[in-house]
Amino acid sequence: MLKYLLRRFSFLLLTLLITSMVVFAVTQLLPGDVARVILGREAGEAALEALREELGLNDPLPVQYGRWLTRFVSGDWGKSYSTKSEIRPLVLGRLRNSLMLAGVILVISVPLAIFLGVIAGLNENRWIDNLISIGSLAVVGLPEFVTGLVLIQIFAFQLKWLPANSTIRPTTSFLEALPMLILPALTATLVLLAYIARLTRAGVIEELKQQYVRTADLKGLPYHTVIFKHVLRNALIPTITVIAISMGWLISGLIVIENVFNYPGLGRLMVFAIDRRDLPLLQAVTMVAVVGFALSNLIADILYALLDPRIRLG
Amino acid sequence: MAEKETVLEVKDLTVAYRIGEQWIEAIRDIHLSISVGQIYGLVGESGSGKTTLAMAILNYLGENGKILKGKVLFEGEEIQGFSKEQMRAFWGRKIALVPQNPLSSLNPTLTVGEQVQEVLRLHLKMGEAEARRRVIELFEGVRLAEPERVFRSYPHQISGGMQQRVMIAIALATSPRLLILDEPTTSLDVTTQASILDLIRELIRGQAMGVLYVTHNLGVVVELCQRVAVLYAGELVEDAPLEELFSQPLHPYTYGLLKSVPKLGQNKRAQSLSAIPGQIPALSERGSGCIFRSRCPLAVERCVERPPLEQINGQRATRCHRWQEIARRDVDLSGLFETELEIVTPQTALERSGEKAALDAQGIVVEFDTHRSLLESLAQRQSRKVKAVKDVSIRIQAGDTLGLVGESGSGKTSLARALSGLNEPEAGTIRIYGLSASPKLSRRNREVLRRLQMVFQNPEEALNPHMTVGESLRRQLFVLQGIRGEAAQRAAEEMVRAVQLPVDVLNRRPTQLSGGEKQRIAIARAFITHPDIVIADEPVSSLDVSVQAAILNLINRLQDTFKNGLLFISHDLAVVGYLADQIAVIYLGALMQLCRAADLFQPPYHPYTEALLSAVPSVDLEKKGQTIRLEGDLPSPSEVIEGCPFHSRCPRKIGEICERQPPPWREDIRTQKRIYCHYTLEELLQLQSDLRVLQS
Repeated sequence: MLKYLLRRFSFLLLTLLITSMVVFAVTQLLPGDVARVILGREAGEAALEALREELGLNDPLPVQYGRWLTRFVSGDWGKSYSTKSEIRPLVLGRLRNSLMLAGVILVISVPLAIFLGVIAGLNENRWIDNLISIGSLAVVGLPEFVTGLVLIQIFAFQLKWLPANSTIRPTTSFLEALPMLILPALTATLVLLAYIARLTRAGVIEELKQQYVRTADLKGLPYHTVIFKHVLRNALIPTITVIAISMGWLISGLIVIENVFNYPGLGRLMVFAIDRRDLPLLQAVTMVAVVGFALSNLIADILYALLDPRIRLG
Repeated sequence: MAEKETVLEVKDLTVAYRIGEQWIEAIRDIHLSISVGQIYGLVGESGSGKTTLAMAILNYLGENGKILKGKVLFEGEEIQGFSKEQMRAFWGRKIALVPQNPLSSLNPTLTVGEQVQEVLRLHLKMGEAEARRRVIELFEGVRLAEPERVFRSYPHQISGGMQQRVMIAIALATSPRLLILDEPTTSLDVTTQASILDLIRELIRGQAMGVLYVTHNLGVVVELCQRVAVLYAGELVEDAPLEELFSQPLHPYTYGLLKSVPKLGQNKRAQSLSAIPGQIPALSERGSGCIFRSRCPLAVERCVERPPLEQINGQRATRCHRWQEIARRDVDLSGLFETELEIVTPQTALERSGEKAALDAQGIVVEFDTHRSLLESLAQRQSRKVKAVKDVSIRIQAGDTLGLVGESGSGKTSLARALSGLNEPEAGTIRIYGLSASPKLSRRNREVLRRLQMVFQNPEEALNPHMTVGESLRRQLFVLQGIRGEAAQRAAEEMVRAVQLPVDVLNRRPTQLSGGEKQRIAIARAFITHPDIVIADEPVSSLDVSVQAAILNLINRLQDTFKNGLLFISHDLAVVGYLADQIAVIYLGALMQLCRAADLFQPPYHPYTEALLSAVPSVDLEKKGQTIRLEGDLPSPSEVIEGCPFHSRCPRKIGEICERQPPPWREDIRTQKRIYCHYTLEELLQLQSDLRVLQS
C-alpha cells in the first residue's frame, strides 16, 4: 500500500510539473504585450523597454519559466497587473469560497444520488427505476443558468426562504455563508445527481449479476445483509472514485453557477483574469485549479485502493 | 440394511426459461431421489440442463426461469413453491452449494474468513470469537495450510484450489442435509482436482447428508459416486448404480458418451475414438419424439414417439424404446459409434537424425515484463522479467504429432505463441524444413506464414464475426498464396467438405454455427494452405465430450492427408496420449519428460508425469497403484527457482541437490525416453514399478 501511495504521489508531482509548463507556455502565447497592458496605450518605447527589462520579459523563455516556477512554489505569486494587489491572498480567499461551496454540494448531492441510484438499481426496469432515471435525466438536460434562475424564483422571490445573491466577503464565516450557499449548491446538485445516480444504478445492476451474490443468497443471509454487506460494498467503488474525481470540477469549474449567483469563487476569478489579460493572476488561478484536479485524482486513486483489496494488495 | 432415509426427491420436474415472449422447456419430467449418505452423480454435456436442475432443486432459478410442473421434496416437504424469503431458512443451513467457479463466487472485497464466519454467526448463532475459532477448525478440516493467514486473506490472494477449499468450508460449516456440488473441479488443474476430490470424498464419508454431484466428467463420477443419472438435452435418459451404468449402459447415448472419452493409454494408431455424430439439439429444436433420435444409430420408426422412463427392477431407469433389446444383447452396442479411421503414416522414431524436421525449434526462451503500463515502468526503473518458457527445444517430423502436456501456468501456450510469432521469443531458432522463421511475426514472409498455421482454443474468438465462412477461407488463400476467384472458391468448398460440413456453410457467419462447427471452420482455415506444421492449442477443451471425439478424429484424418507435422497442446493426458506420437511434458516453462506416446504410460516417469497420471480421474473402474498427490500450489512465475523447477512440489525429492543443481537429462537409448531428473532411470523404475496404467 505504501509503495502504491508513493508511486501515485510521484506521478502527481510529475503531472504538476508538466502542466505547469503547459500553463506557462499557453499564457505566454496569448496575444498582447504585457508591458503595454500595464503601462497603457500612451507609454513611450523607452518606458516599455525599461519595464520589460524589470519584469525579465527579455530573458529566454526557459529562464522566465524557471524564475516563475521557483517563485510560485516558494509562495511569491506576484502582483496582479489589473488590481495591482498581491495575488496570493486573493486567490486563496477565492479558493476558500470554492471549497465551502463544493463541500455543501457534496453533502447534499452524494447521499441523495446514491440513494436514488441504489433504489433504481435494485428495481431494474420496474416503474420506480424508470421514474428515477427519467426524472434525473430530465433535470440534467436543463442548463445551470435555467435551473439556477428557477430556483431563485421559487426559493428567493416566492418563498423568500433563501437569499438570491450569494456575494460573500472574505470575512464571512462558514455559518453566516451557509444560507447563501444552499441555492448554488442545489443547482450544482441537479447537474451531478443524474450522473452519480446512473453510475450507482449501473454499479448495482452489474454487481447483482455476480456469482458471489448467489453465494451470499445461498448462505441464507437476509436480503438486507446480501445488499448492504455484499453488493453495495462492491457496487459503490466506481461511484465513490468518480465523486472524488469530480471534486476538481466543483472547485474551479462552476463558472456559470458562480455567475448566476454572483458567487466569488475561483471560476469567476479565472474569467476575470482572462478578461483583463492579467497573466500572473491567470497563471496562479490556473495552477490552483490544476492542483485541485490533480489532488482529487489522487484522492480517487487512494479511495479506490482503500475500498478494493485487489488494488491495495496487488 | 434398512431403507435409507430420503433427503431429496424430484418428481416429474419440468423447468422452462423465458426467451423473448416464449417459455422454452430446459428440463423435462425429471425424476430422481437421493438418500442420506449417497453421492449421486448427475452427468451431462453443456446444454443438457444439469445446472438448471441443480438450481431448480435449490429453488434459485432467477426471474427468467420457472417450474412448469413437478415437485421438489426436501425431507418430505414440498419446497418448489417457496418464496426466496422462505428459502433463506433452508439455504446455507440445510441445503448448500459448492459452485463451479470459486473466485467469482467469493466476494472480492471481504476476507475469506469473514465469508465463512458469517454463515456460522447467522445459522449457529455463534459469537465473533467462537465463530472465528470454528472457521480456523474448518479451514484445517479442508486441509488449508496456514489457516490463520488464509482467514485474513482476500479471495484473489489465494490460489484456485484454496478458494475451492474455502467454498467447501462454507458449504459444510453448518453440516447441511443436502450438498450440491456443481462442477466444483472444472476450473481447476488436474493435480488440484485430484486433491479436491480426495477431500470431498473424505469429508462426506460418515456425514448424514445426501450429495448431488453435477459434472460433465465421467472420470470424476467413477471416483466419487455410487449412483449416476445421465442427462441429455434436458431429459434424464438413464439412471443407474455406477457399476451397472458403466458395465451395461441401456441407453445408446450413455454408451456413446462412455466410448467417446479417450482412455489413458489409448492411441489413434491402435484404436480409433468413437464419436457421436451431430450435435446436441438447441433448446427450441427438440421436437416431440425421443430426444436422441437424430443422432442415434439405433433409431427406428417408433422413436418419433417419446419413450417413457422405464423403471427396471426398481434399480435403474432408462428412456429408450429398445432398452430390452439392448439388455438382452439382441442389438450389439459395440461398434455403434465407431468411426472408420486408418492412419497410414507409420510412426516415426523420436528423432530421425540427418533429415530436416517439419518443425525444429531450438532453445526457445519467452520472457514477459511484469509491468503493465508505461507509467508503472517509469516509476519503477528496474523491470522484472518473468521467464514463461525456459530454453525449450522440440522437433516434429512430417506426419508426426508432438503432444505438449502441462497444467495452466506451465508455459505451453507461451511456447505455442512464440513458435507462431505471436509473442516474440527472447532467444531461440525456429526452422520449418530448414527454412528459418524469424522470431518476429512482422518479419515473416508469406511462405513462412503459409507453412506454419495455428488452431486456437476458443473458436468463438478465432473467427471474424463480420466475415462469412467463405470469406474467411478465401481471404486466407488470397493473403498467403495469392489465390483468388474461382480457384479460391473451389479450394474453400473442398476444404469445407474435408471438415465434414455442408458446402452451404460457406455463406454463413460464425454466429450461425455451433461451437463444434466453428472449430471445424477454424481447422479448415489452418489447413487450407497446406501448411507443413500446425499448432493446435487446446482445440477441443472448450467443446463437449461427444463433439470432442469427432474433432480429434477430424484432425487425425486431415493430418493423414496432408502429412503435416502437428504440435498438439492440451492439459488432458488422455487426449494427448490418444492423438500424439511423441509427448513432451512441460512444467513451469521447462520440459520435464520427452518420450513416445506409448511409453508415457509406462514407468519410469518423471515424478511430475507420475503425479499427473495419478491425478487423472479414470473411467476405468479399477485403477492400480498408489495415489500420488502434489502438495502446495504452482510457484509464482516471477519466483526464481534454482535447481530442478519441480523441486518445491516433488513427492520424490532427493534432497538439497534438487534445490541447487539443475538435473541432467536421463535417456533410455532403446526407447529414446528422456527424463529431466537427478534420479537415474533405473532408480525411478524401481520407485515407480507399482504405478502402471492399464492399456486398454
